[in-house]
Amino acid sequence: MISLSVNKQKVNLDVDPSTPLLWVLRDNLGLTGTKYGCGMAQCGACTIHLDGEAVRSCVAPLSRATGKEVTTIEGLSSDLSHPLQRSWIAEDVPQCGYCQSGQLMSAAVLLREKPRPTDEDIDQAMTGNICRCGTYPRIRKAIHRAAGMMAKGGAK
Amino acid sequence: MSTLQMERRKFLKFSLAAGGGLLIGFYLPGKSQLAIAAERSASVFMPNAFVRIGTDERVTVIVNHSEMGQGVYTALPMLLAEELDADWNKVGFEPAPVDPKYNHPVFGMQVTGGSTSVWSAFEQFRKAGAAARAMLVAAAAQRWGVDPATLRTESGAVLDQKNRKLTYGQLAEAAAKMTPPAEVALKDPKTFKLIGKPVKRLDTGEKVNGKAIFGIDVKLPQMLTAVVARAPIFGATMKSFDDSRARSMPGVRKIVTVPSGVAVIADSFWQAKMARYALRVDWDEGPMHTFSTSQMMQQFREQTKSPGKSVRREGDPDAAFAKAAQKIEAVYEVPYLSHAMMEPLNCAVDLRADSCEIWTGTQFQTVDRASAAKIAGLPNEKVQIHTTFLGGGFGRRATPQSDFVVEAVHVAKAAGVPVKVVWTREDDMQGGWYRPAFVHTVAGSVDASGNPVSWRSRLVGQSIFAGSQFESMMAKKGYDPASVEGADDLPYAIPNLAIEYYQTQVNVPVQWWRSVGHSHTGFATECFVDELAALARKDPYQFRRALLLKHPRHLRVLDLAAQKAGWGKPLPKGRARGIAVHFAFESYNAQVAEVSVQDGKVQVHRIVSVMDCGRYVNPGIIAAQMEGGAIFGASAALFQELTFENGRLQQTNFHTFPALRMNECPVIETHLVESNEKSGGIGEPGVPCTAPAIANAVFAATAKRIRKLPIRMTEAI
Repeated sequence: MISLSVNKQKVNLDVDPSTPLLWVLRDNLGLTGTKYGCGMAQCGACTIHLDGEAVRSCVAPLSRATGKEVTTIEGLSSDLSHPLQRSWIAEDVPQCGYCQSGQLMSAAVLLREKPRPTDEDIDQAMTGNICRCGTYPRIRKAIHRAAGMMAKGGAK
Repeated sequence: MSTLQMERRKFLKFSLAAGGGLLIGFYLPGKSQLAIAAERSASVFMPNAFVRIGTDERVTVIVNHSEMGQGVYTALPMLLAEELDADWNKVGFEPAPVDPKYNHPVFGMQVTGGSTSVWSAFEQFRKAGAAARAMLVAAAAQRWGVDPATLRTESGAVLDQKNRKLTYGQLAEAAAKMTPPAEVALKDPKTFKLIGKPVKRLDTGEKVNGKAIFGIDVKLPQMLTAVVARAPIFGATMKSFDDSRARSMPGVRKIVTVPSGVAVIADSFWQAKMARYALRVDWDEGPMHTFSTSQMMQQFREQTKSPGKSVRREGDPDAAFAKAAQKIEAVYEVPYLSHAMMEPLNCAVDLRADSCEIWTGTQFQTVDRASAAKIAGLPNEKVQIHTTFLGGGFGRRATPQSDFVVEAVHVAKAAGVPVKVVWTREDDMQGGWYRPAFVHTVAGSVDASGNPVSWRSRLVGQSIFAGSQFESMMAKKGYDPASVEGADDLPYAIPNLAIEYYQTQVNVPVQWWRSVGHSHTGFATECFVDELAALARKDPYQFRRALLLKHPRHLRVLDLAAQKAGWGKPLPKGRARGIAVHFAFESYNAQVAEVSVQDGKVQVHRIVSVMDCGRYVNPGIIAAQMEGGAIFGASAALFQELTFENGRLQQTNFHTFPALRMNECPVIETHLVESNEKSGGIGEPGVPCTAPAIANAVFAATAKRIRKLPIRMTEAI
């Protein structure tokens, strides 16, 4: 039995500890907002937070999350109130939307570490997240917008 | 109680313990939150197949085109809401079921493709909205005992001359009893409130909180997950398999053969995938086991030395070429490409004795249903397809053979319970249905004053239509129009012109890939025009201009792109610009790319893209499609190629088939031309110019020509 916390709820799982966290979240916990895109940490669609760090859940075994706090897109905010979600909506970022959970989770860590990121900071933090629809220009704008909102005290 | 049921019990018990935040249940997809709300309320007024209005004021638009990022779940509701005078805040969407009444008005079947959704729905959805409005007005007139002609509508309500007001929700029940009008008048475009405005997308909320359900997210009661071990080589057949280890792996329920290979059916994806590793399959590799793309391309190049089938001929290009003052010949090559949508293929099937329900992200409902019905042994009407959100499509999810749906029905037959077949990224990339590889040689000449006198294009490559049920579409022309589109309608004023096509037969399945034939003809033709300009010692923009005087819409986008990009103005050292213009899917696009080349690496700094797609509906979505089109085109231009050795695909995932990333993404500026011309497409027309604009910029920067994609400076000429 492996115990961890997912979006601030304690869960106990009787699952093979080598199973990637991605599939535990999706198949065992029903948290399908975290997406599968490549299975080898190439595309970032599966990005989650493990104790606050951006992690590619497709290559992180469940065992690595033992006793830790996992945050998924479902835990970013329950009501679209996170400044990144508000900015994503304001900039009409998503197209197909499939990669956007991962994009948001990567961006959230970026903003925590660099509240006013430069374009270079964005390049560095977001380069692991592929979007085939080509929403990068809007993601960049939306991150700057969210940073602005947060600077004005629009967020936690 | 079976083991399976016990497992499920345990699972459910766990879920209850986990509480509300961790969602456990069954995710049935494809409806917006608004649409779900509308359904829960009394939805009493459904005047036609495309709209439903509830007593709670919710307006649900039923959309018969698939949402794969291109914005149809917003643009089509806008059309309907415009004529309905709906309150946009109350409008939601719902995917249409498969039914002939949802057929594409031009293609005669339910399909999303060819950049046709918005223009083909332009009147259809407006009429549906106008008809609903007329019935609501009639209901209000009856209620008030007045002439309907004295009433007006705005923002979800009918008003009379004294400004008495009845909302659509209040009128819904009464409106349902009205006779649908035989004819409806549509608004004067000058009065549009929504059409033409950058209205925000309706599907963004659920795409930023993880709630949007894609095919891969579908979960049904009792559902198992399958992965399939497929042939490693096209045309290979299975000799035998050994599942003795795989069968005893945790979670494995069944291992069965299906026509495409061996399906491992398990409780979860990971268990199925692990068991597939333990499976040993012996394949009879078949005739393709020696296939290599390098040999194939060599054969294609040889083939371009002989005439192909004549597609268009004007004047005498051979004689003109022979006696021309200056001439040049170039061989352009493009590889097979994977669509590489972010969501790998998948399909969930619940097959019963007398019904078959399918949940998948498809672009091709009619064809998929017919294919599934055949496998299921059921009449078409007993098969239903629930269209989920598509995690990208780019053409891959409209396969004439319905490969991913057919296979899933086969697996469901063996599973005996609902099953979802999930493809890994590697499965998806190796699964075929690629953009075909092409060799395209162009021979051209200019006279002593630098005016072009001849152009001869010879294209060699596979046909998309050949061998499919759409082969008959080729019959009239005698060749596959999708192979030569964009080359056969070369707009430049050149007196002696020949376009020829040689259709090759290769056992690698190919199909449409965002912008189809234009994805390669745009590259070859726009690079060659640039080469002719250099031969004539003319500026490539001015050279094109002079040859497009009879094509005002080409000229307009070309001029605007040059102007917005600052064509001719100085650039920082090492940077250079390239230009391209192309007509595709009834729209006109021009792009200017700004690049630098350092240590053999091409960096694209800026792309200016100008579109004339005629009368438009949502300029915000159009800008997004133009940005995405340029990025899709740049990925292919800079990085992407599929190659085969010994019949085996050499690329497996994004490390060997890269896509453009944030740090490589240029600044993209989009400009939309105001136009009252007939609407064209937008999903695809923004792709073809990107590769040639980049390649031409590379020439301007380095004096080296790019004639092969993806761009490698070591192969530049």
